[in-house]
Amino acid sequence: MSVNGRQVRGEVEGRTLLSTFLRDHLSLTGTHVGCDTGQCGACVVHVDGVAVKSCNMLAAEASGSSVGTIEGQAAADGTLNALQQAFQDHHGLQCGFCTPGMVMSAAALLKDNPRPSEAEVRAHLEGNLCRCTGYHNIVKAVLAASGQDVSGIAAE
Amino acid sequence: MPKDSGIGASSKRREDVRFLTGAGNYTDDINIHGQAYVHFLRSDVAHGRIVSIDTAAASAMPGVVRIFTGADFEGVGGLPCGWQVTDRHGQPMAEPGHPVLAQGKVRHVGDPIAAVVADTAEQARDAAEAIGVEIEELPAVVDMKAALAGDAARVHDDLPSNLCYDWGFVEENKAAVDAAFDTAAHVTTLELVNNRLVANPMEPRVAIGDYARATGESTLYTTSQNPHVIRLLMGAFVLGIPEHKLRVVAPDVGGGFGSKIFHYAEEAFCTFAAKAINRPVKWTSSRSEAFMSDAHGRDHVTRIELALDADNNFTAIRTETLANMGAYLSTFAPSVPTWLHGTLMAGNYKTPLIYVNVKAVFTNTVPVDAYRGAGRPEATFQLERVIDKAARELGVDPIALRRQNFVTEFPYQTPVAVVYDTGDYNATMDKLEEIADIAGFAARRAASEAKGKLRGLGVNCYIEACGIAPSNLVGQLGARAGLYDAATVRVNATGSISVMVGAHSHGQGHETAFPQVVAEMLGIDESMIEIVHGDSSKIPFGMGTYGSRSLAVCGSAMVRATEKIINKAKKIAAHLMEASEADIELKGGQFTVAGTDKSVAWGDVTLAAYVPHNYPLEDIEPGLEETAFYDPSNFTYPAGAYACEVEVDPETGKVTVERFSAADDFGNIVNPMIVSGQVHGGLGQGIGQALLENCAYDPETGQLLSASYMDYAMPRADDVPFYAVDHSCATPCTHNPLGVKGCGEAGAIGSPPAVVNAVIDALQSGGKTVAHIDMPVSPSRVWAAMNG
Ligand code: FES
Ligand code: FES
Repeated sequence: MSVNGRQVRGEVEGRTLLSTFLRDHLSLTGTHVGCDTGQCGACVVHVDGVAVKSCNMLAAEASGSSVGTIEGQAAADGTLNALQQAFQDHHGLQCGFCTPGMVMSAAALLKDNPRPSEAEVRAHLEGNLCRCTGYHNIVKAVLAASGQDVSGIAAE
Repeated sequence: MPKDSGIGASSKRREDVRFLTGAGNYTDDINIHGQAYVHFLRSDVAHGRIVSIDTAAASAMPGVVRIFTGADFEGVGGLPCGWQVTDRHGQPMAEPGHPVLAQGKVRHVGDPIAAVVADTAEQARDAAEAIGVEIEELPAVVDMKAALAGDAARVHDDLPSNLCYDWGFVEENKAAVDAAFDTAAHVTTLELVNNRLVANPMEPRVAIGDYARATGESTLYTTSQNPHVIRLLMGAFVLGIPEHKLRVVAPDVGGGFGSKIFHYAEEAFCTFAAKAINRPVKWTSSRSEAFMSDAHGRDHVTRIELALDADNNFTAIRTETLANMGAYLSTFAPSVPTWLHGTLMAGNYKTPLIYVNVKAVFTNTVPVDAYRGAGRPEATFQLERVIDKAARELGVDPIALRRQNFVTEFPYQTPVAVVYDTGDYNATMDKLEEIADIAGFAARRAASEAKGKLRGLGVNCYIEACGIAPSNLVGQLGARAGLYDAATVRVNATGSISVMVGAHSHGQGHETAFPQVVAEMLGIDESMIEIVHGDSSKIPFGMGTYGSRSLAVCGSAMVRATEKIINKAKKIAAHLMEASEADIELKGGQFTVAGTDKSVAWGDVTLAAYVPHNYPLEDIEPGLEETAFYDPSNFTYPAGAYACEVEVDPETGKVTVERFSAADDFGNIVNPMIVSGQVHGGLGQGIGQALLENCAYDPETGQLLSASYMDYAMPRADDVPFYAVDHSCATPCTHNPLGVKGCGEAGAIGSPPAVVNAVIDALQSGGKTVAHIDMPVSPSRVWAAMNG
């Protein structure tokens, strides 16, 4: 498969999850694992452009696919992309554990729906748990990244 | 004008860049060459006697290095409890042992029985399944009332009952409180449950033990809020490793909310096993394991009574609470229902007489300990619910009833030991009425009703005791640790600064906010300052982060150390400018001599300290590095007023939070953006407790029913609204140098009663005579209350 544009190969047991392959075999530890029931979304990556929970997919199933992870989101010189920058500007993360999954999920939303409403953002992120932010600044960051004016949304 | 740097600026968080690019370094991201993996075989019954454990077949499986059981820990210390509560009769609490791996009995679902160490995680898991365990099942003790019955099975055979302690506070006030109830004009009574919760930081716990035979040094990498507390507890009480041979590292930690304060068996196990097999040992919790091994929170059953006189003044409060300890005493468990709960029962009100009784109970459930707010949410919930109920019974406005009884003069000595140093509860209530647009509620209710929905408004106040804590005071109350903190400010030769702090950041943004303080004091750029935390080999012996203490306690230590730096730097500057030290001023990173145009820059002075060619070596030492320890003289008392508006669908009972507003007084604020974020997060958790979350056990078998995100309802993005938060009402703390109070727990403390008050208001507006619904206020409970 290709990961963040780089060709990678690996031999894995049949039961190895894509999340495990990324973390343990490729040392791409930005993809996190927060549950074992496919509910938290910390592990979301892109497979052939679609957001998937990498804990819900076998590494073998992604064979031949193009996989995108949080490590591949910023520019080569380290400049954050617009969505990442919006998360920083609007304090959309605290402990950072849910953040890779949130960013990857939100990126998929904005690709399909470049100007989502607040309700659409909330509905789309329903599969991504965050325990730190109360979601306020995450939703705000995603709206801001889509170019919408968020200055009317209360507070810092 | 908002500032763009220093104290009061919403500086963007520097830690974000690594988290946003996948470059964080969480414990599970650490892999040590040659590491083995451990899998814990955990009890699937709530209570039973271990008859036999057969590890022969499992030991022969591929990759298995060694299998440990309780027998391997004979002679090793158990997990210690850090707080001893003394009961109403002057007796110490019952304090049962807590072995690292179960010995003789299992006492809750999830109690570890055996640990398989193998070359890979999969091999360890596979082998664990091959261990043969025979357990003679015993009756499970689940319900607290039943646990206290004379014929109840005992969780600990060596204790006379399942009672941990029977605590009275203030015991000397009991007769006067009872008398006040006898003469009250009105008494409002409420029985309620504060639901059991699971903290659920998104990062599950991880521990990696490493041992260097050549030096005899052990290192533990762990998901902790307080590496030095773990070093102290595990080194001194469990494994007998002296501090200089034990390093504890808590790198990036993915949230804690209290659950990562405590010293856990898995930490001790990995440290112990790494030495035993002379190989690093790693454990990564699955979420399912987290549900049955992370300390849970809350779980109180309370009866509260409020006495009022004929003019609606509060005259007395009397409470009886059963508090669940679970099967063992977690690190700070005994303090939560007592000193973190009873001392807050005055709330924001000048009730002269208060008596709190708490019976702590052992049950066959996971240990219960501090969770965001810890004791203070339990106090706030019952008090603010009973006040609301009283207002409804008396037909008075709930806000007016609160205002009438507010404490308005400070310092205020409560009847429950603590002294509030400062506050202005009318100011936060005024601010709340403004930001919540309470005047506009009637119109919004009419609009909801036009859609066939019921709409309710709930308001409450809260106060909390933070900045935990004055060591001499908590020592008298049973704490077995000091609760000061420490900081070392290391100024480098070129003027850049490393600040080593005892506080730990796991979402709070210390790496951004702490430099703002030092930058402001020195007049230099924030980017010249970095914060080092989380590694006991790099930082001074501080006590970590919990109880909204980081800035109030560790930040104060950092201020004191920086003051020492300034004093010394002024001496050096005086020498360089051949002036009197008393005339030296530091402003904007420049030292000047008052009344002259002489000046030297910050960097000139720092360089002179390390290249002391022209330097008063006979008077002062070279170098520029100072440490300070700070022990607070009192708690801090953040307070505020919260409002929630809900819509209730009468067809389904579903509650939707339409608006939530929070007006807080946190004293001075260093980074308003971070403070708002802390409040948002607390609100999310408080709304979660009020509407969604519940950790349930089967009352007969003690099986954990909510053991994954399928059954434990976490708040999600579409369960909450945008919040309106304000912290412009500021009465600075009077006893710490920054005037800060702490903001980490407020949202979780202040929000549950507002939500429930709002639901009751909505139902009553629909003509229902519902007085109370227990949390979580689920659609089925609301529907039952409406139709029952
Ligand atoms: S790790 Fe939780 S959904 Fe994948
Ligand atoms: S930022 Fe901590 S879980 Fe979302």
